[in-house]
Amino acid sequence: MVEIQSGIGTAIPPAETEDMELYHPKSWWTKYVFSQDAKIIAIQYSLTAIAIGLVALVLSWLMRLQLAFPGAFTFIDAERYYQFITMHGMIMVIYLLTALFLGGFGNYLIPLMIGARDMVFPYANMLSYWVYLLAVLVLAASFFAPGGPTGAGWTLYPPQAVLSGTPGGQDWGIILMLSSLILFIIGFTMGGLNYVVTVLQARTRGMTLMRMPLTIWGIFTATVMALLAFPALFVAAVMMLFDRVLGTSFFMPALVEMGTLLPHQGGSPLLFQHLFWFFGHPEVYIVALPAFGIVSDLISTHARKNIFGYRMMVWAIVIIGGLSFIVWAHHMYVSGMNPAFGFFFATTTLIIAVPTAIKVYNWVLTLWRGDIHLTLPMLFALAFIVTFVNGGLTGLFLGNVVVDVPLSDTMFVVAHFHMVMGIAPIMVIFGAIYHWYPKITGRMLNETMGQIHFWITFLGAYAIFFPMHYLGLMGVPRRYHEMGETIFNPPSAHMLNIFITVMALVVGAAQIVFLFNLAWSLRKGKPAGGNPWRATTLEWQTPQTPPVHGNWGKELPVVYRWAYDYSVPGAAEDFIPQNQPAPDRLSRGALA
Amino acid sequence: MSVILIFMAGIAVIITWWMAQQRLTSKPWLEVGRAGDVPDGSSSAPATEKIGLYVFLAVVGALFSLLISAYFMRMDTADWWSVPIPNLLWVNTAALAASSVALHWTKAETRENRGEATRVALLAALATAVLFLIGQVLAWRELAAAGYLLTNNPANSFFYMITGLHGLHIIGGLAVLSRTTWKAWNGAEPSGLRLSVELCAIYWHFMLLVWLILFALFAGWANDFIDICRQLLT
Amino acid sequence: MAVVVVLVVLAVGSVLFHFFSPWWWTPIASNWGYIDDTIIITFWITGVVFVAVVLFMAYCVLRFRHRAGNRAAYEPENRKLEWWLATVTAIGVAAMLAPGLFVWNRFITVPDHATDVEVVGQQWLWSFRLPGSNGKLGTAATGSIAADNALGLNKNDPNSLDDIIIEGGELHLPVGKPVKVLLRSVDVLHNFYVPEFRAKMDMVPGMETYFWFTPTRTGTFEILCAELCGVGHPQMRGTVVVEEEADYQAWLQEQPTFSQLMASGEDVQTAEN
Repeated sequence: MVEIQSGIGTAIPPAETEDMELYHPKSWWTKYVFSQDAKIIAIQYSLTAIAIGLVALVLSWLMRLQLAFPGAFTFIDAERYYQFITMHGMIMVIYLLTALFLGGFGNYLIPLMIGARDMVFPYANMLSYWVYLLAVLVLAASFFAPGGPTGAGWTLYPPQAVLSGTPGGQDWGIILMLSSLILFIIGFTMGGLNYVVTVLQARTRGMTLMRMPLTIWGIFTATVMALLAFPALFVAAVMMLFDRVLGTSFFMPALVEMGTLLPHQGGSPLLFQHLFWFFGHPEVYIVALPAFGIVSDLISTHARKNIFGYRMMVWAIVIIGGLSFIVWAHHMYVSGMNPAFGFFFATTTLIIAVPTAIKVYNWVLTLWRGDIHLTLPMLFALAFIVTFVNGGLTGLFLGNVVVDVPLSDTMFVVAHFHMVMGIAPIMVIFGAIYHWYPKITGRMLNETMGQIHFWITFLGAYAIFFPMHYLGLMGVPRRYHEMGETIFNPPSAHMLNIFITVMALVVGAAQIVFLFNLAWSLRKGKPAGGNPWRATTLEWQTPQTPPVHGNWGKELPVVYRWAYDYSVPGAAEDFIPQNQPAPDRLSRGALA
Repeated sequence: MSVILIFMAGIAVIITWWMAQQRLTSKPWLEVGRAGDVPDGSSSAPATEKIGLYVFLAVVGALFSLLISAYFMRMDTADWWSVPIPNLLWVNTAALAASSVALHWTKAETRENRGEATRVALLAALATAVLFLIGQVLAWRELAAAGYLLTNNPANSFFYMITGLHGLHIIGGLAVLSRTTWKAWNGAEPSGLRLSVELCAIYWHFMLLVWLILFALFAGWANDFIDICRQLLT
Repeated sequence: MAVVVVLVVLAVGSVLFHFFSPWWWTPIASNWGYIDDTIIITFWITGVVFVAVVLFMAYCVLRFRHRAGNRAAYEPENRKLEWWLATVTAIGVAAMLAPGLFVWNRFITVPDHATDVEVVGQQWLWSFRLPGSNGKLGTAATGSIAADNALGLNKNDPNSLDDIIIEGGELHLPVGKPVKVLLRSVDVLHNFYVPEFRAKMDMVPGMETYFWFTPTRTGTFEILCAELCGVGHPQMRGTVVVEEEADYQAWLQEQPTFSQLMASGEDVQTAEN
């Protein structure tokens, strides 16, 4: 390992790495369970994330059933409902999306796409997974704890989160939730260090930053952001644990709960919100940037065309990452903070729309004059663009401070963030799984099942969340266990709720097809070969499929070109792998 | 949130400086081939472990910046009475500084390949760091005995929480330092310890810096500094 | 081909849904028609972009889908086009932001002649306080809350004594008069939200927040809590009645003042003793 790393900085390192200091598994246990191989860790991360994500999916069904048929399911009382929404939100945002994009795709793709043998700190990488698993188990344990999980909403706003009027507030729920978050952050930091330093130090010869696929750019930038943003959640969680367990007053003002004056004094609930959103907003982009990166590669590969405006795409990723640290208070326009902040945060928030829009234009311009293969990854990429554009545009409503006033805390917000950071990134996850499954397993996923899965998921999800915006516009607040009778809502609004619930059940059920496909194709899928999509990036050029331990055999690949040499004029094939030497080095312009 | 924003601005400057060297404006599709493709040709590239440590220190820095941000935001409320600084903290500061110096000395000795001196220096660093921790616990007890309990006042809560988190970071560092020391006393060559000693030294200097900032914060000097800044701005 | 049809149907269908579905905002009852206007502007700009992007995609799929022998064009970038698009986007964003900030400035600038009305939230009940004959609200603190002083008014503040207290009842407001709503919470976060007024603001224990509006039509409106406040959150409803000045004054005369409430509380106590 050391030779590879020290070699990167020097001008022309030796391509052969003899006596690699790679860790070598000695038994079945160290090969598949306590593995230090990033590819195995990636699969462990992914399967754990998907497993806990299925719990969140079932919770969403239960919530939707309650909203459409209030009272019909007696076991979903108000307490349970709030526990369901809280766990659904937290699992989806942190334990599924963050873990799957960075722990799953990051671990699998970073070493392969940059031509490394493994992550640079394999032991810490392994620990990262096991701490993550522990965090998931602690979270899951709260379902069985006395009082059940916390029902404070995924934002965990104090004082409500630690009081008895909220499920789990005075029981174990909130303590387990905060502990689990602290564990997650510790685990993530170990993994995140790996992803960042591997990209910095372990790129193979010729892999300059501007030759990296956008997938790596997205994951790399998101990881840097996550490393810097998660400490805010860590601090907030530690302080709230102090308030809850030790009785301090960081976030707890003097308050009278059910007629009793509590011993707290002077704390600031807004302080928590600032800390939470200082993490929370970058978190949106921690999920979005890997999706941006991956979808760029999916579109380029399956449209057989280079990604349009690669440089602009890279700059946009970096600019979005930086800007996302100065927009956090747009979640707090109606929180009671100094209203003058609204001018600043509305402006920064809407500025982000420009680089984001450029990315969207470049995706669709990549399709323009392409050779579009409507494969499953491409279909999911198209679905991503539709849902992301839709959700991104409604973000312009909520980011524009005064427009947010009537819409905040309504179903409009729920619809917006599900579309933009729920459905859109999950479309990318599905596309990515259909794209890379052949590399991971050596077999293609079944096309028919994939088509069924795609159409139901895409159209169903759109049918769920598009009309939901209008519920919010009518004034239906979010986090209502039942709307009940209102003066201002037409009775037909409830029809909309029933429709949304039916669609949610259908879309959820379609995921069974997907899971079945994953298992079925493992044995019965069509053999894929090494490079079924005829893609240029390095992971498709491994000597074996699936790649073996060490990835590259005796010699590391050498990179001669960028990741997007599709349909190059004059070339025999419509793709040129990154590690294919140029027949004539100077054929297409100066080197400098 | 101004402290964390200043910290993030610093990080942004470092990232921008690094990015500026990566030829982000080049047109990669025109650059086929191998020559000139590794722009950073210097042979003094730092070790991967060191880069890893620097990234980790950025994370730790963000953590403490956020704590300090929270401290300042909470401080504005009326119920805040600062904690008196026990004199013991001066001794602890000296101990931690001595530990940092000892590690610096160790680094020099490993470079010169002097085994005996390396072992002694490592032990000195370890002992002074442990002394610091013991001193911190004694300072806690002193404060608690004087009636400054965790929940009495937000200033107390912050003092115990932040010093506690800082102490946990020192304990984490001690685990690594003990391992290095143990290796040194069990026959490892100083040349083989160079990297781990250097990593420990970097970490120790950083934690000393963090501690000095925290000390200034608790002693109230940081507030004077902030006041001066405010006056300059208005 | 199915993809093309679906994309077109999706874009057109979304627009049709927007214009022809029965689900739209409830008629406004305050002066914040400006907010509705900014929403309409935003709908137009974003709607055009959405339809344009989706239809463009549909066209690309139709025109450039794979057929045997096809080959994609080679075009790494087009600076001119990218800058042009970025500029147009920036203009579109500015067209939404500028009116937004303009209206926000109005939203946070309370007119001098606005009347104070205090709303106090607790799990899960709305209470209100109106200034008495001297036109001023007295001071209050969460720590002063007691059985006979549910809102924690300062008994030593002369301004408190004539304050009108409505515990858990209806709030009445005169039509056409600007109101500065002062918001306080005694336990957790709440949010005072009347959909017809368009405005809302969190109520935070330990601090006082505010917003202002002018009711523009008479009627009975529902108050909702819009910030999760525990299991009773959806049941935390209240009522605002906006009425003509004369009706309002008649209602006001019937409401108890703080000193009356304290006196009656003492009566009860002496009676019990």
